[in-house]
Amino acid sequence: MTPISQPQQSTAPTATVDLTAQTTDEPLERAKPKVFETRDLAVFYGDFRAVRDVNIAVHQSEITAFIGPSGCGKSTVLRCFNRMNDLIDIARVDGHLTFHGVDLYDKAVNPVEVRRRIGMVFQKPNPFPKSIYENVAYAPRLAGLAKKGSAMDEIVETSLRKAALWDEVKDRQKKSALGLSGGQQQRLCIARALAVNPEVVLMDEPCSALDPIATGRIEDLMEEIKQQYTIIIVTHNMQQAARVSDRCAFFTTEVSETSDTRTGVLVEYDATEKMFSNPSDERTENYVTGRFG
Amino acid sequence: MAITAPEITTDVVRARLQGEKADVSGAAFKDLLVACLAMVLAALIALIASVSGEGIDVLWRRGIVEFMSEPFSIRPQAAGVYQAVVGTVTCAVIVAVFAFPLGLASAIYLEEYASDTFFTRAIDVVIRNLAGVPAVVYGLLGYALFVGGPFKEITGGSSVLSAGLTLSILVLPIVVITSAEAIRAVPSALREGGFGVGATRWEVTRTLVLPNALPGVLTGTILGLARALGEAAPLILVGAATSGFSGGEPGDLTGRFTALPNIIATWSKLPPRNWTGNTQAAILVTLALVLGINAVGIILRNRFEKKK
Amino acid sequence: MTAISSPTPGPVSLEDLAGDPKRQRVERVVRAVLTVAALTSVLISIAIIYVLFRDAVAFLGSIRLSELNDDVWLPRGGRFGLLSPVLGTLWVTLVAVVIAGPIGLGAAIYLSEYAKPRVRRIVKPIVEILASIPSVVVGFFAIRFIAPEITEKIFSNSPSQNLLVAGIGVGLLTIPLMTSVSEDALRAVPMSLREASSGLGAKKVTTVVRVVVPAAISGLVAGLILSISRAIGETMVVFLAAGGTGTRPDSPLDGGLTITSAMASVASGTDNVVGVGNTFQSIFFLGLVLFLITLSLNVVADRFVRRVRQKY
Repeated sequence: MTPISQPQQSTAPTATVDLTAQTTDEPLERAKPKVFETRDLAVFYGDFRAVRDVNIAVHQSEITAFIGPSGCGKSTVLRCFNRMNDLIDIARVDGHLTFHGVDLYDKAVNPVEVRRRIGMVFQKPNPFPKSIYENVAYAPRLAGLAKKGSAMDEIVETSLRKAALWDEVKDRQKKSALGLSGGQQQRLCIARALAVNPEVVLMDEPCSALDPIATGRIEDLMEEIKQQYTIIIVTHNMQQAARVSDRCAFFTTEVSETSDTRTGVLVEYDATEKMFSNPSDERTENYVTGRFG
Repeated sequence: MAITAPEITTDVVRARLQGEKADVSGAAFKDLLVACLAMVLAALIALIASVSGEGIDVLWRRGIVEFMSEPFSIRPQAAGVYQAVVGTVTCAVIVAVFAFPLGLASAIYLEEYASDTFFTRAIDVVIRNLAGVPAVVYGLLGYALFVGGPFKEITGGSSVLSAGLTLSILVLPIVVITSAEAIRAVPSALREGGFGVGATRWEVTRTLVLPNALPGVLTGTILGLARALGEAAPLILVGAATSGFSGGEPGDLTGRFTALPNIIATWSKLPPRNWTGNTQAAILVTLALVLGINAVGIILRNRFEKKK
Repeated sequence: MTAISSPTPGPVSLEDLAGDPKRQRVERVVRAVLTVAALTSVLISIAIIYVLFRDAVAFLGSIRLSELNDDVWLPRGGRFGLLSPVLGTLWVTLVAVVIAGPIGLGAAIYLSEYAKPRVRRIVKPIVEILASIPSVVVGFFAIRFIAPEITEKIFSNSPSQNLLVAGIGVGLLTIPLMTSVSEDALRAVPMSLREASSGLGAKKVTTVVRVVVPAAISGLVAGLILSISRAIGETMVVFLAAGGTGTRPDSPLDGGLTITSAMASVASGTDNVVGVGNTFQSIFFLGLVLFLITLSLNVVADRFVRRVRQKY
């Protein structure tokens, strides 16, 4: 049994590399490699254009935050990055979205493979009604990364450690995941996403159902794993975006002039520091200073 | 002119709170509703009483096993329901083998795979309407397909195989509709979790959706099965035997057959003096079977609902 | 085997994202199997319609249409008076609905509006038991209890087996359906409506009769139509208890047959009848008539059910 579809030209550190050896204080100006690039990305639900004109580049080992008022299409855009929108019958994606230069919506691209490489954590913790162990082992087993036994045990332990959950659950891995607290469940969902060895983790308002303490732990966790994973997070919490993200995209809604429909639109995309201190668009400034939304 | 306020006493307040006068119409209305339920209950009691009586006597005197292992006979003292029991149980197995997988697969297709197109909406409407087609019409279809039609060579005409297949078609819509409901009740967050870590649609369905929906699916199937086993009309059209016949042994799928509801119908039309006891005994056996299966289904469902 | 403990960022090619061919093959096969299964249901309905039309048309081609106007339905004797089974069906359905409609509705209102959860837990299974009793058993009950103990005592001049006896039996069978559809409709009425009514000081009975029942009326009508459809399609009770005479019934106190029981009686002598002219084909004609009636009733009922769903 061989692991499936490991990227051949991988320049990544291998399992044995000490990750702490990587430098973390690289300035943003010396931009890291681009993981995603979008050009004129738009999403339609039937005839309704939910969001338009999204032009951004997501960089490796950074946390990119999507902020904006509700209904601005930030979650919709997020779901383009691992083709979750494919699951909605009437959703249609227009424009270009590349992953390391490969068109993610190319006919030859398999959305299942995309989702293995680009994991997702959802707004509400949604662990499977299985044991903690089985939750983490689920995706690696389907992907053929490991069967039962010590190899799988190792994946589960590593993933739970990365999600800072190992110490809390190591003695009750066979217990149902539904018995965990909300914050623990969300970290389990992160472990579940990491277990299948993705490169990117998409987080759709991962803390909106959690209390401040659990939220803090998730934010710490994101900070810890961002060296290894590129993270895109959707949040409606501006402080959170300011705390954790390296870059920030601000979306808002525009009411159409011809009809009474609202379309999400990207207003500004820049380094988080600049977005919160010296935004170039007035609408961004109004939003981050709390004058709107 | 000054309005003099009425003197407020506790009695006055209490009377106000209780209403001006006793609520006669309300009480009468409620009594009427209770009477409706009482009538249902009374009918059920009368029904059970009228089907027991001599039947218990027959089962007691001859022994349940004896009664169930004697074949058709024109002599009431010797007649048993062996072939009918074999026929009904065989039909149950055939229904379980055909209707369950086919119905579940259709439900999975409709709920998990089909996109919302004109075609799938049409299938949905068709299945809903199939569920409302009277049982006797399925008998005609069973006759035209399995007894006198294209599959005659395989089924052997009026056989237990034809009967079982006809009943399978009869319960198929019930299995599809209840399974689809159970599948729809699985939270979509669970599916998203599966898709989000790179599971294929079938993997999500097999490992996440079905384990969650299975109790509901099983309940639907079991209730459908119980209904099918009580049906006599379609089997009359498929040609259930109404008189004594040789054969009807287990495993003989293509020979002549009868089933419990059909034997009840046949015996009901025989002279009451000699046959009432046997008919009631056959009814008791059938009720035990059908209500037993139903009870399993209802218990399963209640457990399922409690868990949710 | 390499441990999979760290991500593998970096350039990817289109081939990398093509996915595992084996998993995709499984996916395609499963989809194909499921599609075939769903198509089977469609095929079955097409088969039903095809079979009914084919033999019904063949039957109609073998007689003069005026023969359908005969006074008597006696296919073995070559007499095809359609009005006998149609009138019989009407009488039986009427009696059944007169019984099942009010009783079923009353039981539903009680269960939905009055019964405490504990009472409901006991009463609901009783209705469900009634629903699961095979119709042939109710047929036996009709000839051995309803006829001698009820109808013969009231109408002593009528034949023991008649459409009224059958209608009562069918009504009994229909009560659970009426109850469950009506109860669903009543429970779908939002609590806020009830609270608004009692908040204005309305008595419970007023709230139920003036607010809840009108709000649920679409669902209640659907329940009634479904009950009618069910009563029309019921076979065994009528086959056993209605007498089976093929003459036109003038009242429910006459013996008679319905569309369904006429089909069953021709078929219960299958061996003798097959091949004898158009006698057996006649029941396909009856089957088509039955199918079209119940189908239209179900479609109408479905409209009403949908209306309830849209409202709340």
